[in-house]
Amino acid sequence: MTAMTPITTTPAIEVRGLRKSFGPIEVLKGIDLTAHEGEVISILGSSGSGKSTMLRCINMLETPDAGDISVAGEKIGLKRDAKGHGQVVDRKQVQRIRSELGMVFQSFNLWSHKTVIENIIEAPIHVQKRPKAEAIAEAEALLEKVGIADKRNHYPAHLSGGQQQRAAIARALAMRPKVMLFDEPTSALDPELVGEVLRVMRSLADEGRTMLVVTHEMAFARDVSSRVIFLHQGAIEEQGSPGEMFTNAQSERFRKFISA
Amino acid sequence: MDFVFLYETFITLISAIPMTLQLAATSVALGTVLALGLALCRVSGIAPLNWLARAYIFIFRGTPLLVQIFLIYYGLSQFRGVRRSMFWFILRDPYWCAIIALMLCTAAYSAEIIRGGLLSVPHGQVEAGRACGMSRFLVFRRIVIPLAIRQSLPAYSNEIISMVKATSLASIITIMEITGVAAKLISETYRAIEVFIVAGAIYLAINFLLTRIVVLIEYRLSPHLRQAPALQPVAAGEMR
Repeated sequence: MTAMTPITTTPAIEVRGLRKSFGPIEVLKGIDLTAHEGEVISILGSSGSGKSTMLRCINMLETPDAGDISVAGEKIGLKRDAKGHGQVVDRKQVQRIRSELGMVFQSFNLWSHKTVIENIIEAPIHVQKRPKAEAIAEAEALLEKVGIADKRNHYPAHLSGGQQQRAAIARALAMRPKVMLFDEPTSALDPELVGEVLRVMRSLADEGRTMLVVTHEMAFARDVSSRVIFLHQGAIEEQGSPGEMFTNAQSERFRKFISA
Repeated sequence: MDFVFLYETFITLISAIPMTLQLAATSVALGTVLALGLALCRVSGIAPLNWLARAYIFIFRGTPLLVQIFLIYYGLSQFRGVRRSMFWFILRDPYWCAIIALMLCTAAYSAEIIRGGLLSVPHGQVEAGRACGMSRFLVFRRIVIPLAIRQSLPAYSNEIISMVKATSLASIITIMEITGVAAKLISETYRAIEVFIVAGAIYLAINFLLTRIVVLIEYRLSPHLRQAPALQPVAAGEMR
């Protein structure tokens, strides 16, 4: 884990001037963000600050109204429709880029009709067209890694929230993503289950994975991330290394936010 | 009770079971395909398709099946254009007229059942598919349809049962299914009660088997809705 970021390489994710409105409400008011390989970026902000929307715009689960998003140097083609809303130009391109971004949701979103192992091998087999035996072998290794190898043949409904989220992380990892996107991964969990998920996320950070984490877990942001971004009302209010941010933040709001 | 007569009636009516099953199975199978198309039109978000499907469902759900059968069998043949069309070899045949009428009718009901199933799929399940790069079709095939089928099955079994019973209406346009054969038997013997009791019992038996089969399919398709067998053996025992 390095706080220093090399400037010469292509950023894993680059966001420029990202804007998004829902109806009359402008949720994102021009966001710029660059994530270099190996960076772990925690995105903080009170609810309604636009942090989840920002994350969802990166893999086009929400289509931006304006701005550019590039993943590993490849810009996602966007156009505007008659009403001024953003639209994807090439659906195939978006599908390919999504398959390179591992997404972890707040509410896990495991496919309820598939067992844990089936959830994990689904996209490798049907999206990436990898051989089934290989996908299963890799899925088993991932389950071992997130510590639920014994739940291999269980259905999501039979797992605790923490186990479900760890299975969801394994599912995202199975795509061999360039970047992992976490959308409040521990917010739907009982307090005693948060730790097991954070431990898995910490181990991924230690491996040097590029991660964007929308979270309310201050300890995670402070101890694990290489950079902290604080969003307020759709704009980046302040960003910096966790060391600077948590001891010497310029923003009055951020100081209040972390002391709350 | 004349058991010999009941037995003979039973033997005679058994020969008509294949026709009843054929009518029901063919019209349900074709009707399901049409219903899926209608349901997709309803949820497509494209206004003309939605309204077309709504109009179809309104008409076919709102009029009696018997009237639909009459219109197709007696009504269409009034038009010279129909008699000269390439479809006449089908539309002159009461068997196919019955299947078309049954199919069109069941499609209207099933479309709403399937639509309910499609709408029941949680958005997060779809989003998870899209997030890992699945195309719309792949999400539909691998995620939406399996979940929608499980949700629709209980209501769908009702529709299948209705269709088995509705095939009896085909007897009116000369088709010798169970009710048709029974009516013919009555005109020969004047023993309405015995014959119709046997006929009714046969429908009952068919539908009993059908509901068992659907329950079995439902069970096979929804292990995720049952309690994990290995997970809580103690809790399961306590609940009894």
